[in-house]
Amino acid sequence: MKPRQKTTLIAGACLVLSLAASSFVLHRTDQLRPQGTLDEVLFLSSPKVIKRASLGYDGLMACIYWTRAVQYFGYRHHYFAASYNLLAPLLEITTHLDPHLLVAYEFGTSFLAPKPPHGAGQPERAIELMEYGIQNNPDNWRLYYDLGFVYYMELQDYKKAAEAFERGSHVPNAHPFLKVMAAQMAEHAGEYETARMLWSATYQNTQDKQIKENAVEHLRALRVDEDIQHLQEAVTRFGERTGRLPASMAELVTAEGLAGTPVDPNGHPYKLTPEGRIEIRVPDDFPFATKGLPPGYKPSPKYHALQ
Amino acid sequence: MNTRIAHIASNTFREAVRDRVLYNLIAFALLLSGAAILVGQISIEIEKLVVINLGLTAVSLFGVVIAIFIGIGLVSKEIEKRTLYTVLSRPVRRWEFIVGKFFGLAGTLVVNTFFMAVGVFGALFYVSHKFVRADALILVALYFIILEFLIICALALLFSSFSSPLLSAVFAFSLFVIGCFADDLRNFAGMAHGFSRWLATGAAYLVPNFSAFNVITSIAHEQPVAGQLILQNTLYALFYATMALSGAVLIFEHRDLK
Repeated sequence: MKPRQKTTLIAGACLVLSLAASSFVLHRTDQLRPQGTLDEVLFLSSPKVIKRASLGYDGLMACIYWTRAVQYFGYRHHYFAASYNLLAPLLEITTHLDPHLLVAYEFGTSFLAPKPPHGAGQPERAIELMEYGIQNNPDNWRLYYDLGFVYYMELQDYKKAAEAFERGSHVPNAHPFLKVMAAQMAEHAGEYETARMLWSATYQNTQDKQIKENAVEHLRALRVDEDIQHLQEAVTRFGERTGRLPASMAELVTAEGLAGTPVDPNGHPYKLTPEGRIEIRVPDDFPFATKGLPPGYKPSPKYHALQ
Repeated sequence: MNTRIAHIASNTFREAVRDRVLYNLIAFALLLSGAAILVGQISIEIEKLVVINLGLTAVSLFGVVIAIFIGIGLVSKEIEKRTLYTVLSRPVRRWEFIVGKFFGLAGTLVVNTFFMAVGVFGALFYVSHKFVRADALILVALYFIILEFLIICALALLFSSFSSPLLSAVFAFSLFVIGCFADDLRNFAGMAHGFSRWLATGAAYLVPNFSAFNVITSIAHEQPVAGQLILQNTLYALFYATMALSGAVLIFEHRDLK
C-alpha cells in the first residue's frame, strides 16, 4: 500500500470512528439531563427587539416563533403539564412579528384559554391576544367568533360573549351564525344547547383536521355530560319516590321507562355506583367530560406531569 | 452597452461561475426542500407561508452575501493579481472597467436568483399541489430583491474602489444593516430638533433604504403591492445604484495604480 493510500485509510477510519464516538457520548449526556433547558428559556422576550433584530425578515421569524409555540405547547400538553409560562410570550412575539398570521390567533387562543391540562388556563391572555388580532385584522369574523367563544366557554361571561358575536356579525361577509349566537348569549339559553351550537359551528367552519377532531371530542363530552345529568336526575326522582337508591341500572331503566340501558358515545353502558352516582365506564375516552368522573379521577399521565 | 463593457461583464460572470458561486444553489435547494417536508410535521397550517418566507428570505440573504463578498474583491483582486494592468493597457477606460464589473456581478445575481425562484415555485407546488393567481406576487418580491442587489453591488464596488477587501466587507455589510433600519433613522430625524434633525435627516437620505424593498411578509399573506411602489422602488434603486457607481468611477479614475 502506498503511503498516501495508507494516510487516506487511517484518516477516513479516524473520521468515522470519532463521529460515532462523539455521537455516542452526546447521546449519553442527553440521558443525564433528559429535559434540555433551551425550551424553557426566552433569551429575547421583547417583541419589538426581535422585530428590529430580524432586519425586515419578520415573516420568517414569525413562522419560527409560531413553530416554537406549537412545539412548546405540544410537548407540555403531551406530558399533562400544569403550567405553560412561555406560551403567552411566544404567541405575543409571533403576532407582533406578523400581525396577519391568523393561525397564531385561532390556535393560540385554544392553547391559552382552556384549563390545564388541556390548555394554559389563561383566558385573559387569550382575550388580549384575540383583541390584538381583531385590531390588526378587523375584517376577519372568525376572530370575533373565537373571542366570544372564550368569553362563553372559559369565563361564562354571557354579556361579553354576546358583544363579541355582535361585533363580528357586522363584519362584511360574516357568517350569519354570529347573529344567532349573539341573540343566544343575550337570552342565556340552555347551556348544553348553546355549547353544542358553538362546537358544531367550529367543526363546520374549519378545514383543519386537528380543530375538527377537537370539536368532535367536545361534542362527545357534551353528550356524556348531558346524559349523566339526566340519569342523575332520574336517580334523585327514584329516591324521592321509593325512599331508597336503585339497586341496579336495570331497575332505574325500568322505573324511568327508558328504551334500553343508556350507553356513552362509545357504546359502553353508564355505571351506577352503590352510592347512587352515575359514572362513565372508561373516563379516559372522554377527556373533556366534566360529569360522571370517578371521585379523585385524574387523566392517566403518559410519563410524569411537568410542573 | 458598448462591447468593452459587455466583455468585462461576461468575464466577471464567468469568473464568478468558476469561483463556484452558484454552488450556493445546492445549499438553497436543501434548505427549501427540507423546510417544505419538515414544517408540515412540526408546525400547524404554515407550510405555504414558510416556503414563501424562507424561500424569499434565503434568496435575499444568499444574494446579499454573494454581492458583498464578490463585489468587494472585484477591483482589489484585479490589482493584486496584476490583471488590471493588462486590461487597462488595452483600449479600455477605467469607468468601463467599473461599469462592466457591476453588470457582470449583477448578471451573476440575476441568474442565481432565477434558479432560486424556480426552487421557490417548485417547493410551493410541492406543498400546495397547485398555483393560484396570488402566487404571481412572488415575482414582485423577487424583482424587489434584485433591485436591492443592484444597490448592494454598486456599494460593494464603491468600497472596493478605494479600500481593502476586509474593510469593504465591513462597510458594505454595515450599510446593509443600517439600510434595513432606515425607516427608524427617518423616524428619529422626525423627533429630533435643530442640528441633530438636519444630521439625522441627511443620514437617513444618504444611507440606502431597504425597508421599502422588503414585501415578503405581505406577499406571503397574498396582499397586493401597489403599482406606484413598484415604479418608485425601481427608480430609487436605479438612482441609488447609479450614484454609488458614479462614486466608484470617480474614485477609481483618480486612483494611483502605480
